Amino acid sequence: MAALRLLLLLAAATLLVVASRGDASGAGPRGRKLLVLVDDLAVRSSHSAFFGSLQARGLDLEFRLADDPKLSLHRYGQYLYDGLVLFAPSTPRFGGSVDQNAVLEFIDAGHDMILAADSSASDLIRGIATECGIEFDEDPEAMVIDHINYASTDVEGDHTLIAGDDLIQSDVILGSKKIEAPVLFRGIGHAVNPSNSLVLKVLSASPSAYSANPKTKLASPPSLTGSGISLVSIMQARNNARVLISGSLDLFSNRLLKSGVKKAGSKTRHEKAGNQQFVTETSKWVFHERGHLKAVNVAHHKVGETNEPSMYRINDDLEYSVEIYEWSGTSWKPYVADDVQIQFYMMSPYVLKNMSTDKKGLYSTSFKVPDVYGVFQFKVEYQRLGYTGVSLAKQIPVRPYRHNEYERFITSAYPYYAASFSTMGAFFIFSFAYLYHK
Amino acid sequence: MAAAAASAMLDALPAPLLRSLRLKTKQQELLLRVSALALIYVLAFAVRLFSVLRYESMIHEFDPYFNYRTTLYLTEHGYAEFWNWFDSESWYPLGRVVGGTLFPGLMVTAALLHRLLRALSLAVHIREVCVLTAPFFAANTTLVAYAFGREIWDSGAGLVAAALIAVCPGYISRSVAGSYDNEGVAIFALLLTFYLFVRAVNTGSLAWALAAAFGYFYMVSAWGGYVFIINLLPLYVLVLLVTGRYSQRLYVAYNCTYVLGMLLGMQIRFVGFQHVQSGEHMAAMGVFFLLQVFFFLDWVKYMLDDVKLFKSFLRITLTCVISAGTLALGIGTASGYISPWTGRFYSLLDPTYAKDHIPIIASVSEHQPTAWSSFMFDFHILLFLFPAGLYFCFKRLSDATIFIVMYGLTSMYFAGVMVRLILVAAPAVCLISAIAVSATIKNLTTLIRTKSKSPQTTGKVTGSKAAAKGAVDQPLPFQHNAAIALLLGAFYLLSRYAIHCTWVTSEAYSSPSIVLSARGHNGGRVIFDDYREAYYWLRQNTPTDAKIMSWWDYGYQITAMGNRTVIVDNNTWNNTHIATVGRAMSSYEDEAYEIMQSLDVNYVLVVFGGVTGYSSDDINKFLWMVRIGGGVFPVIKEPDYLVNGEYRVDKGASPKMLNCLMYKLCYYRFGELTTEYGKPPGYDRVRGVEIGNKDIKLEYLEEAYTTSNWIVRIYKVKPPKNRS
Repeated sequence: MAALRLLLLLAAATLLVVASRGDASGAGPRGRKLLVLVDDLAVRSSHSAFFGSLQARGLDLEFRLADDPKLSLHRYGQYLYDGLVLFAPSTPRFGGSVDQNAVLEFIDAGHDMILAADSSASDLIRGIATECGIEFDEDPEAMVIDHINYASTDVEGDHTLIAGDDLIQSDVILGSKKIEAPVLFRGIGHAVNPSNSLVLKVLSASPSAYSANPKTKLASPPSLTGSGISLVSIMQARNNARVLISGSLDLFSNRLLKSGVKKAGSKTRHEKAGNQQFVTETSKWVFHERGHLKAVNVAHHKVGETNEPSMYRINDDLEYSVEIYEWSGTSWKPYVADDVQIQFYMMSPYVLKNMSTDKKGLYSTSFKVPDVYGVFQFKVEYQRLGYTGVSLAKQIPVRPYRHNEYERFITSAYPYYAASFSTMGAFFIFSFAYLYHK
Repeated sequence: MAAAAASAMLDALPAPLLRSLRLKTKQQELLLRVSALALIYVLAFAVRLFSVLRYESMIHEFDPYFNYRTTLYLTEHGYAEFWNWFDSESWYPLGRVVGGTLFPGLMVTAALLHRLLRALSLAVHIREVCVLTAPFFAANTTLVAYAFGREIWDSGAGLVAAALIAVCPGYISRSVAGSYDNEGVAIFALLLTFYLFVRAVNTGSLAWALAAAFGYFYMVSAWGGYVFIINLLPLYVLVLLVTGRYSQRLYVAYNCTYVLGMLLGMQIRFVGFQHVQSGEHMAAMGVFFLLQVFFFLDWVKYMLDDVKLFKSFLRITLTCVISAGTLALGIGTASGYISPWTGRFYSLLDPTYAKDHIPIIASVSEHQPTAWSSFMFDFHILLFLFPAGLYFCFKRLSDATIFIVMYGLTSMYFAGVMVRLILVAAPAVCLISAIAVSATIKNLTTLIRTKSKSPQTTGKVTGSKAAAKGAVDQPLPFQHNAAIALLLGAFYLLSRYAIHCTWVTSEAYSSPSIVLSARGHNGGRVIFDDYREAYYWLRQNTPTDAKIMSWWDYGYQITAMGNRTVIVDNNTWNNTHIATVGRAMSSYEDEAYEIMQSLDVNYVLVVFGGVTGYSSDDINKFLWMVRIGGGVFPVIKEPDYLVNGEYRVDKGASPKMLNCLMYKLCYYRFGELTTEYGKPPGYDRVRGVEIGNKDIKLEYLEEAYTTSNWIVRIYKVKPPKNRS
């Protein structure tokens, strides 16, 4: 009996703990526990500035060697981590139960990842990148070379330390403060799979870049050239999992974060490279501290009523409203835009309308149900660069009029009513006269 | 001991009392007739219960499931809700206004029967009422047949007609227990309307005509076949006019029936204004006006004594009336007020029409032209008795016999055009055959009686016919014996008919088709309950708002038993929607995926018989899907699926066939299965070949469920890929 009580207490305690954790993490869109996989624990110190910035933002990092035999992403069907930082470019295989599929399933379950490769990238890392729509240069020795836009600190002269400044134009991904200094990059280039619409180039190479082995002479034209080369790309999956893939692990290193930069041929010298700002802002984006929208309190009802009906009638006037909030990193703030649209959809949109907002997060509109019955959907499909997608669909049948909802007497039919009743009367009189006359 | 005591008792009774207990001949005859009718009534009901006894009390086939579902809705929600029912579970996303697109007669009848039984405190479920509605109405039909037979010939013919129709396979095929379809009550209504109309013509009574109008109303409410009535009646009137049999009785009967029947028929929402707007109903209206003209002319003739004057008047009137009628029809048709004939109507008049123009009608097996064998199967000896009956009818021509002859001949023609219309011909064939049987037997028995009497009564015979026969046949020495032999022959034929009917009912028409049965190796009955297994799986394992795509045949069953939304069903009102499904089924998987996404399909259901040898599966129906799909979307071309005009699924099949969605879904993982001993894996038992594509990979769908005998296979449509 006592044992049972103890067990119950324990269970209750566990539940409480779980619940409170749930609360704490429930405030934001994502949990704060990250797994950092490294080839060599030295990375922990060589990239400490980057990790420090993550920890400073409240992220809880757990460092593990990539081939740690006890490595596991989930236990008892629950994922142990909310995000993954994969700084292990050369690892041929992960330890424990983790493999390429486990990582991909982790993403498909709605978790985020930062993946950094470099010239020693293993097939495993390449494979994960390929599955995320990114193809690293197949030549294992190749690096991105740019003889014009290299950093002048690049003393050796093979021009593989690139000063990239071709950044994506998006305040959501890169923060509202413009990155002035070029971002230093040394690593391999990749191409974005053109059939994959979810991948975006964040940092592209300049038109003069190409991808080749810097130590040998070029035997054949390089496969990747010019601004087709992407240095850093992001992918936001359909379930809003975010992945950042960089061809350079050095990009995140203390050395490049802190070094000054002067672009070759440029007169201005920046005291600090753009890397610090770049990795901080992109990691904020990846771990959903910015650009995450949530739509709540979807409501629709007839004009003048408040209850949500299970079915509408053709030509009803209805009101639809939804609240959309954006996560600012610390709290949910109203999302303000003027291009959120509602569709009243059955095979094609019958109504397509911009919703008006009260600037406090509430979007609403009213419209008339079309004169067509069927099973409609209220659809909000809101996909904007950098933001998580909002896609709401709610099924609602629209029925025709009931038999007693038509007009009982139609004005234009009065002549017909008159005709039939007068005929009836005349027939009666005629019969009466015919029968009783004489 | 007891018998002896009883006889002693009888003896002890006073003589007058005994005499009063003895029945007079007329009373005897009445008793015989009533008991025979009662037996026929019970027989007609009982012979239709094979399926209940052999399987269970369940609804059969496809359409009855819809009828059952609507009846259930009617009993649960009441008539007003039923009338206004908008069903969002079928024809996703279009939905169906059920109340306005069905004939409510059957459902209302079953619901009323249910309510009546409830009022009698018999707690029966509505399903049992639905299952037994058709046999009950079949039993009632025998009574109508009796009355009808008596009306056109005599009560003997009526009795025979009742007996014949009670077991006629052509009728039983659509009225066994569980076959809860419109036809179940419609044949009763059809025969009742005809009987009442003939009665009205015979008596010239307004009351009977009114009754006929109400019979017609019931028919309109029950089945689309009412169009047959509304065309046969004017045709009959026209024939009577032409043959100079016009009478006041006919005038009263037709006008009252037509006007009231039309007004009543308009109350059925599905029919609406068709009586005045549709081309199929115009004949009745034309004849109605013609009759008025005829009456008017008759009156003018009566008023005018001058024959010459009348003739010229006749000429002018006829010209005016005919040109006015043609003009009205022309303007009506041109302005679109009068709709042209529908495809179904055309295909009845011209059997090849549907094949060329409307694949969706031609694809239904019961719309195929009838084979001779099925005539024999469904009518047996009636097929030979029918012409004999016609002969008797022509010998004793009256208004009533003319009607039955016309009904018989027209319905026989339609029965030849479409298999399912054998049903409409069955009552006529039974009635006409009954006349033949009854007349023959009567003649023979009179012959036997008069012969045996003749030596004593010195050749004095009663009845002019028998006398005439006797006079002619006098020289024949073995006439008496021949008559007995013929009589025995007739009884032999009739008993063969009874045996055949029972056998057909038990073997062919009592299987529910939702539960299949076959003979196993050891001769035992093997039951395949795969359909219900699949539908219950859908009901238990899929989200309530899941949309199921299947070929339209299974739509009603999925909504009724699986309680899930379907894209298309057996109410084939939207050809484009069906063609879209046909197109999806006959496209490559990636193209089909787009179509399925646009229709929000969550699951795809296919029926496959390759393991069990169940031949009416989706692969055998597939060419119709291609044709129907291709009829709307010309990208689908039938020759792509054929090799030299041949339809095959083995290695020699066309590449498009081997990779289309339907092929993939039916044969997915089939290549690993050995179906028959001594045959390679992937041997299709229906087509009798080894399939041509054994290595099927599905990209956008995944197998969700396959029933125990592989008859129904359900696939889940995967969501779009997360990372690309």
